[in-house]
Amino acid sequence: MAQTQVRLGGLLLQHQYGEIVENVGTFLAAKGSFPLKDIADGTKLGMNEVKKALCVLIQHNMMDFERNRRGLLEYTIHINKVLHITRYPRYIYCAKTLYGDVGEFLVEELLSHGQMMMSQVCRRVSERITQALEEGQSVDEFQVRKTFVDLVKTHFLQRVAAPPSDSGDKTDAETELQVKEKEMFLIPPAMDVDYSKVNPSVSSSGKRKREDGEEGDKVAKRPRSTSPLSDEKNEDAPDKGVYWHVNFTRFHQFFRDQAVLSAVNSKMDRYACEIVRTMLRISEKTTVPLAPTTQPMSSHEIFQNLPSELDLSRSTLGEYLTLLAEDKTEIVNKAGESGGGMYILNMQKALQTLCKASIESVVQERFGSKCSRIFRLLLMKRHLEQKQVEDMAMIPAKEAKELLYKLFSENFVTMQEIPKTPDHAPSRTFYLFGINIHQVSRMLLDRCYKAMGNLISRREHENTENRRLLEKSQRVDAIAASLQSSGADTTQMSEVEEMITPPERQQLNKLKHDINKLEQSELQLDETIFLLESYLPGSEAMVMY
Amino acid sequence: MAGRGRGRGSHRGLSFDPGALGFGRGEGLPPPTLQPPPIYPPLEFKPVPLQEGEEANYLLALKQEFRGSMRESPYFIKPQSTKKDIERYSDKYQLNGQNKGQGLGWTPNWNTFPKELRIREKKPKRLKLSVKPSLAGTKLKAKGQKGDTKEAENKLKRILQAEEEGDEDDDEDEEEKKKKEAEGEEEEEEEFYDDEDIEEGTDYALSYFDNGEDYLDADDDALEDGPVY
Repeated sequence: MAQTQVRLGGLLLQHQYGEIVENVGTFLAAKGSFPLKDIADGTKLGMNEVKKALCVLIQHNMMDFERNRRGLLEYTIHINKVLHITRYPRYIYCAKTLYGDVGEFLVEELLSHGQMMMSQVCRRVSERITQALEEGQSVDEFQVRKTFVDLVKTHFLQRVAAPPSDSGDKTDAETELQVKEKEMFLIPPAMDVDYSKVNPSVSSSGKRKREDGEEGDKVAKRPRSTSPLSDEKNEDAPDKGVYWHVNFTRFHQFFRDQAVLSAVNSKMDRYACEIVRTMLRISEKTTVPLAPTTQPMSSHEIFQNLPSELDLSRSTLGEYLTLLAEDKTEIVNKAGESGGGMYILNMQKALQTLCKASIESVVQERFGSKCSRIFRLLLMKRHLEQKQVEDMAMIPAKEAKELLYKLFSENFVTMQEIPKTPDHAPSRTFYLFGINIHQVSRMLLDRCYKAMGNLISRREHENTENRRLLEKSQRVDAIAASLQSSGADTTQMSEVEEMITPPERQQLNKLKHDINKLEQSELQLDETIFLLESYLPGSEAMVMY
Repeated sequence: MAGRGRGRGSHRGLSFDPGALGFGRGEGLPPPTLQPPPIYPPLEFKPVPLQEGEEANYLLALKQEFRGSMRESPYFIKPQSTKKDIERYSDKYQLNGQNKGQGLGWTPNWNTFPKELRIREKKPKRLKLSVKPSLAGTKLKAKGQKGDTKEAENKLKRILQAEEEGDEDDDEDEEEKKKKEAEGEEEEEEEFYDDEDIEEGTDYALSYFDNGEDYLDADDDALEDGPVY
């Protein structure tokens, strides 16, 4: 699996940051951690280029470094963070649904720059929105800041590790970078939205993480007009040294919750979905974020926290909870009788159910519905002999045997031999067929990575093949745009249009259609990847960063 | 001997004995393959169509926009342009080639980045030194012919030294580099990471020398400079 991951990671890096970064990234991913000189030797690139690539990777939170025993700095790349690039559009869209356009732009800026200071982000976003809006309207930077603070409060954004402030001014980055737990989501007081809290006078010495209030006054008085872009030097930024980046774990948790809720919704009805949503909300305060099960909560508590428009009575709630608890998928478990019934949400089971459903649909689409029937039968009964499969599946014996062995050859189904006699004679051994969800999930995940890599390669191939045509169409568009802005008449416009002949236009349309299709497949494939990754332990989708 | 003769005599057949593998007579082995196997296995069931809808379209648009904007961002490191086959005299006076690929294009937060990743920008020192000799040369000529050759040698040595120092940056060991960087940082901190510096050493306008490469790119309709002799 690592091999497919490295290949996919390489392709993603190439399209996002260029070939040099790709070379450095794949070298480190394939060979391990190395100091600077070895990287330059191994990739045969110039020293400057390697340095630039490493800077880019560190900036985008994909790389770590630490001192090894010989005193050199070794760089390690985290390939799973590189793979998150496929999910960036989904993060941005999620922020949009939760926090509107402002949230969307904030997350997009942070994703494209990796790490940034709050003041920079807010300023950039407010400029962007002002440009996008019509004349006369402008957006208040206060509003942008408020959304930023909201994002931090719900832990969607977090701080970047910085050297500890008490080691004095001459710290190297190579000494420990740490973020204290409580500081992780702390907004520096200067940037706090509530201006009354800002302390105008005192400038504390030497502290870096907590920003001093010396610039706090200026924040309130800073003019609303957009400052010139050359002011990127940030010397007067009030929160100097405090950098933020996107907290992927939180987004993943959100996606996971969404998936579980939609599963409950489609299996039962929306009341059940609302109940589970309430349970999730309650558990946010009590449970560690990525625990496999939540803490028990009583049905009284759930009843109190239900949204009022649902208008459920206590007895109906009780019925729904019993229904959920007795359901085969075991998402909700009853843990005790105190407090009107204690219920826990078993997220691990929920993910497993979702995984099983995905795998079933894979089998169905790949091999047909009869195979799918055999697969589901094996999932239900855990271990079956070949003869039993033929009987229970209600499929003609010969066909059933063929399908079963086809599944076996594709590694969806495993076989266990149980000998009756010490000499393992084939006629006197039980051959039990079963399904190991873990193993099948891993195999599918590997295939998904490979498929994603193939999709990207194919898109690249399409682009290079038709590069001439694409460039020509770009030039024509540029000419048309410039003509239009300088007020040309229709004859000139039609002349420009005719520069692309109809068969070329057809080819261009087909190309665009194909590329769109490939990209959309990537997005959809990423959903399956996310599901499989979050189910499998050790796949680091759900690790706290 | 007899066995060998028998072996040589039979043209038909395979290098191994099918009987030993457990096949009966005539059956078992697949027919010989006459062409390479097909590239893709046959697809029995067509895939389900992709998701449609507003959300999918929006996500797609987001993705493409994001990719496009990343290409333009300074994080996208373009490989350095290929070296020209011959070193031309005009290279010294052309601005676009020299300072472009050097710096990062954005400033990282050096508190959290290792110091060894700072890039020293090479200033084209040659231009500065090339000015001095011309003045010195004229002075000497006014005085007398004696010191001329020695001055020329010294000039050459100085130029070579400067070039060597500039080139050494790439090949040095880490430790030495760190020392130099420490020095370099103290001396030239402000100038270094600012891309906008233009060399002010020469008397000539730096855009004076036209390489002639733009000649062919010009529009057919407008040759702005008039006929070229």
